[in-house]
This record gives sequence, C-alpha cells and structure tokens, in this order.
Amino acid sequence: MSTSVPARTTGTRSTADSRGPLRRLLGAQPLGLGLSLPYIVFLAAVMAYPLGYAVYISFFDYVFTAPGMDMDHPFVGLENYRIALTDPRVLQSFGNIAVFLVINVPLTVILSMVFASALDSVTRWAAAFRVAFYVPYVTASVSLIGVWMLLFSQDGLVNTVLGPLAPDPSWLVNDALAMPSIALYVTWKQLGFYILLFLAALQNVPAELYESASTDGAGVVRRFRHITVPSLRATTLLVLILSIITGANLFTEPYLLTSGGGPDGASTSPVLMIYQKGIQQGNPDVASAIGVMLVILVGVLSLVSNRLTKER
Amino acid sequence: MTLTRRAFGATALTLPLALAAGCGRSPVDAAQAATSRGPIRIWVSNNEQELAWGQAVTEAWNTARPDEPVTLQEVPAGASSEEAISAAIVAGTTADLVFNASPAALPDWVRAGGLVDLTTFEGGREHIEQRSGERARGYAEDDGAGGYFQLPWKSNPVMVMFNREIFAAAGIDPNAPGMDTFESFLEGSRQIVGTGASASALWPAPTSDFYQPWFDFYPMYLAQTRGRLLVEDGASTFDSPDGLAVAELWRSLYEEGLAPQEESTDDAMTMGTTAMQLAGPWAIATYRDQIDYGFMPVPSADGISPEETITFADSKNVAMFSSSQNRLTAWDFLTFATSEEWDGKLLELSGQMPLRADLLDTYPDYFAEHPDYTAFADQADRVADVPYLSGSIEIWQRFRDEFSASAIFGKKSVGEALRRAAEQIDPLVQKGAR
Repeated sequence: MSTSVPARTTGTRSTADSRGPLRRLLGAQPLGLGLSLPYIVFLAAVMAYPLGYAVYISFFDYVFTAPGMDMDHPFVGLENYRIALTDPRVLQSFGNIAVFLVINVPLTVILSMVFASALDSVTRWAAAFRVAFYVPYVTASVSLIGVWMLLFSQDGLVNTVLGPLAPDPSWLVNDALAMPSIALYVTWKQLGFYILLFLAALQNVPAELYESASTDGAGVVRRFRHITVPSLRATTLLVLILSIITGANLFTEPYLLTSGGGPDGASTSPVLMIYQKGIQQGNPDVASAIGVMLVILVGVLSLVSNRLTKER
Repeated sequence: MTLTRRAFGATALTLPLALAAGCGRSPVDAAQAATSRGPIRIWVSNNEQELAWGQAVTEAWNTARPDEPVTLQEVPAGASSEEAISAAIVAGTTADLVFNASPAALPDWVRAGGLVDLTTFEGGREHIEQRSGERARGYAEDDGAGGYFQLPWKSNPVMVMFNREIFAAAGIDPNAPGMDTFESFLEGSRQIVGTGASASALWPAPTSDFYQPWFDFYPMYLAQTRGRLLVEDGASTFDSPDGLAVAELWRSLYEEGLAPQEESTDDAMTMGTTAMQLAGPWAIATYRDQIDYGFMPVPSADGISPEETITFADSKNVAMFSSSQNRLTAWDFLTFATSEEWDGKLLELSGQMPLRADLLDTYPDYFAEHPDYTAFADQADRVADVPYLSGSIEIWQRFRDEFSASAIFGKKSVGEALRRAAEQIDPLVQKGAR
C-alpha cells in the first residue's frame, strides 16, 4: 500500500524518535495491536507455550505430578531421544507415517486439483456436486469410521463384492493393507476441503487465458497442464503443506479404524505413540521427544515442498 | 520494531501463561485437610448399576449427615477411566474419592502424589484387612508391608461364559462341557466352528490395548500357574513352560481361525457369531435376556479342578485423592460405603463381588435367590490381580505388543515373543522399583 512507503524513509525515523514512550511501545496503530492481542494470547497459550514446554520436557526425566508434589526432574540430555530412536515401535510408527504420506499427499493434491477443475467447468448441478464432496469433510470422523469398518471388515460389503479376490487377512488386519486403507480413507474424507481451496483459486484464473489457448488449438489436457497447474502453484503449495501437516498428525483413524494401530503396530502413527507413552503410560518425557522429532520432520517436509513448488 | 516493542510482545505472550499456570494448580494443605470435615465429591463408574448404587449410598449418607453432604459424579469420560483420572490428578481437579480405581494404574498415581495413604486414618489398616482378609496385602505398598493407597473394593472374577444353544448344536453337553484342559478346550473350539454351530469359538478383542491380556492370556496363565502374577520378586514370570503353554493355546486358536484376528463390529455373543467369552459376573445382567448362557472355569494345561482354579480378579478399588480438603468426611464415607450393608447393596444392584472374606457366608440369602452368581462368589475366593508395580501400564503394553505379534498375528514364534517381552519388561520392573 502506498501509505507504508513514507514510513521507511529516514525522515520518518526522526519523527518516530520524537514520539512519546507509550507511542513508541504501542506503535503507530495501537488499535491494531489491541485487536490482534486476543489471537496472540491464544497462540501463546495453545501453541507456543505447550511446544516450548514439550521441548523442555524432552531433555529431562519427567513425570506429571499432582499440585504441590515436589519431585526431581533431572536433566538427561538426549537420553529421551535415544530411548525413542531405539524403540522399534517408534521407528515403525515413523515408517508407517511415511507410507501414509507417500499415498495420501500426492493423491490429495492430484485428485483435489482435478476434481476442482472439473467442478469449475460444470454448469448444471454444480452446487450438488460441491456439497457431495464436502459432506465427508464435515461429518464426524467417528461415525464415518464406523461405516468404513463395516465396509472393510472380513465379512463386509467390499469383501463380499470382491469374492475370491478379497485379501486374506482382510484389509484392516493385513500388515500390507492397513496403512494404505487408512491413507485412502483420509484422502476421501479430506478431499472436499482441498477441492474448495482449489475452486477458490480457480476463480482468479482469467477466462481469457483458456479462450486464447482454445483458439490456438489447445485441448483440455494441454489447457489443464499449461494454464491450470501453473496458475494454482500457490494453492498447490498450501494444499501440500496442509496435507503433510494433517497427515503427519494422524491419530483418530489408526486409533479407531485399526483398533489402536493394528495389526501388530502396522498402522501405528507417531501421534498414537505419543498418546500411548505420554498419556497412558506416564512417560511424557519420551513422548515429548517423539513430538519434537515429529515437528522437525514436518518442518523439513514443508520446506522441501516449498522449494519444489517454487517458481523457477 | 524496537527492542521495547519486542519486550512488550514477549510480555503479552508470557504473562497470561504465567498467570494461568499460577492459578491452575494450587496444592491442598495436607495437614489441615487431614482433620477437616465438610462437603465432598465422589466418582463412580458410569454403568447403570453402579450409578444406582452410588445414588442410593449418597442419599443414605446425606440423610444421616446433612452437614457433610456428598455429591455423586460419574468418572470423567475418556478412552479409559485411568487416563481421565491421571489427567485430573495432574490438573488438581479430582473428586475426593473414586470408586473405580484400577490397580494397574494406581501405583503411578501414588508416584505422582495424587493419592492419600488410607492407613494414616485411625483404624484404616484394620478396616481394610478385616474386610478383605489376607488378600488385601496384595494391594499394599512394599509387597504388602506398607501403606494402603487403595481399599480393595470389588472383583469381577473372570470365567468362561458360553452360549448353551451353540454348545448343544456343536454336540457339546452344555451341562458338562468337559473343556477344562487346553487340549479339550481346543478340541471343543474346533467342534464349534467345524460343525458350523458358530462362526468362531471365542472372540476376545485382538486389539493392542494394554489391558486386553486380562481377558485372554492372563486368566489362563493364573489358572495354569496356580496364581503366579505376571511379575514377582522383581522379575517377569511368564517366560516359562507355563507361559508358553498358554500362549501356544492362543496361537492355535488364532492360527486355526477359531478366534478371529479382527475386532467384532457388534456384540459377538449376542449375535451368535461366537460361542464363548472370558467374562465376569457383570455379563449376567448384560446377557440375561439375550442368550441362554452357562459358565465354566478357565482351563489349564492338565485340568485343575474348579475348586482349585485361580483366575483374574479384575478388581476395581476405592482411593482418596490428595486434592481432598475434607479428608475425615471422605474417610468416614469410605468406611460407610464399604460396610457389610452397602457391600450387600452393591452385590444386589450390580452382581459384582465385594472384595470381602467369606462372601457366600456373609450374603447367604442373596446367593440362594441368585444361584447364577454362586459360581462367581465361590471363584471370588480364588482370584489374583495385576502385580502392584510402578510403570505397570507400560509393562502390560510391552507384553501385549509381543503377544499380538506372535499369538494373534503369527509374525514370530510365541517362545521368542515371551523371551523378548521378558527382556523388555525386566528392566522396566527394576526401573520402577528404584
């Protein structure tokens, strides 16, 4: 905005120096600061403080105690990280989440972009289609999981339809299929949200681009590849990062759909491990170490996504 | 942005947190609370029968002692009551008493400073030991020699419940199933599935929850070893021929498809998709109008007689939280609610067995009127519980993980799994003992 330009000049600096201490403290727009304060406090209380505390806990021999209970929490350095990284179940959970992300993230990005483009060009029943995609996203996961359990159980509809082609052991108790089944479920459930993001972005792509390309003889695929995909680069990055973050924080689905990360830990996620170790087993120190590693992993993946989708 | 504004921002971030942290957890003055009387809150389980008992006992108390009112609440909801209670202890939001404490979680609540030693009250030790007899020692600190942070309240002795119609259809005499050895149990299970009488012989939850061994491996292990706990004298006990025999039975059941590897999506007993389940007396009220049922003791390798069979107690106990500000009232209510009269009421309303010595002789009229429960009352004299261990839940989780990998899913041999579980659990026992 043009109004911000003069503030960067040397002349204004001397003006700012001459302001009173309260003005210097609160800045040029104290009302703005006041309006953003509730959110800052919310962020601090719900995000920053727990994250900082988790990092702190991960370096100590820590247990939760009742108020007034005086207990030593000795500093143990990287011991909690060593325990986490030498626990086969923890390593398995990170491996499982890698399988999940490899299936879920590309499917989410590709399908949501394709469906959004298709929905954008639909003229009849457009609202009905949009609602149809959005319904799974707004429906409680617990109830949807109940339906999927019935569909994919040993004697469920899917195996009945497949007949002799049904996998043995069945989907949700099969080592090789449990995590892919969860990845497909989450992709289906979340798709509506990402389609909405792409649909919103598509409204900003000038129709003239498509018209010109059509005039030049470009077909549907070429228009999609050379106009739609590049125009949605920023949204694609957003979808990528959001799906990585939500995928890496997978909990409800393995907890309910595969009865606590089964079979034999084949669908355990790091967050499920954090829950088991921190809440059930009373080891918040090791749980925090897993949490910190997960945050770092998600951060790295998000950075890589940013680099990969950056316009060259 | 100047340094002053940064400092202001940091203060805005941290001040509310510091205030919240300061206000959220205020400790109780234990010395004052120990001599105080006044209103208290109690937590009971949220099942219909126990709530009815809770309402009756609090109403009776409030009528007699209106100056020290008791408020009844359900244990806060959670995936399990242990988790909800653990969280409440840390937050300092617990009630005064809980009538649903799991012995597995309790040592960790003691370690967290969340409970009050009941022997600090006058007559505390006497009340507990007179009521429950010798077995009370299993719930005390220091291998029975220390304080009691729990009053052993009630048990649900685990037995094998079976569907009599399915047994008859499979050609098994429901009046004398003769499935008291591992071999005959396996043979009977094959007969049930082989004849098509039911899709499965039994269907315990094959999930990875830490408490699932209490309803598959552990009752049979206690029967087989005549009451040897999972951990004794600072070391695991299950990596043994007895443990192997029990685990191999389960492996056969799963391998032959007699027990499904997938969790049931409905109540398999009610639907008739399974013939047996390991259950306590609570199951009578649940299935009374649903199926024609029978009970038999859990099997052992060589068929120990029913009179000698020991099984899992599945007890729930009473504990007083250190957040209690009126501990004298809480203690008086605890003794009131665990008196012979109110234990009898619990038995009458829920069918669960008060952890009292001589149950059959104490309530002869009840058992004469309810013969279904007599087998459980008799069995209640021969029960064993989880070992009293710090870090118990992690220990059970490690055991469950190895059991799942071997007996349920067959990814390794049960022998290797028991050895691996012992290797993981022994250091945890040592760590908890320190």
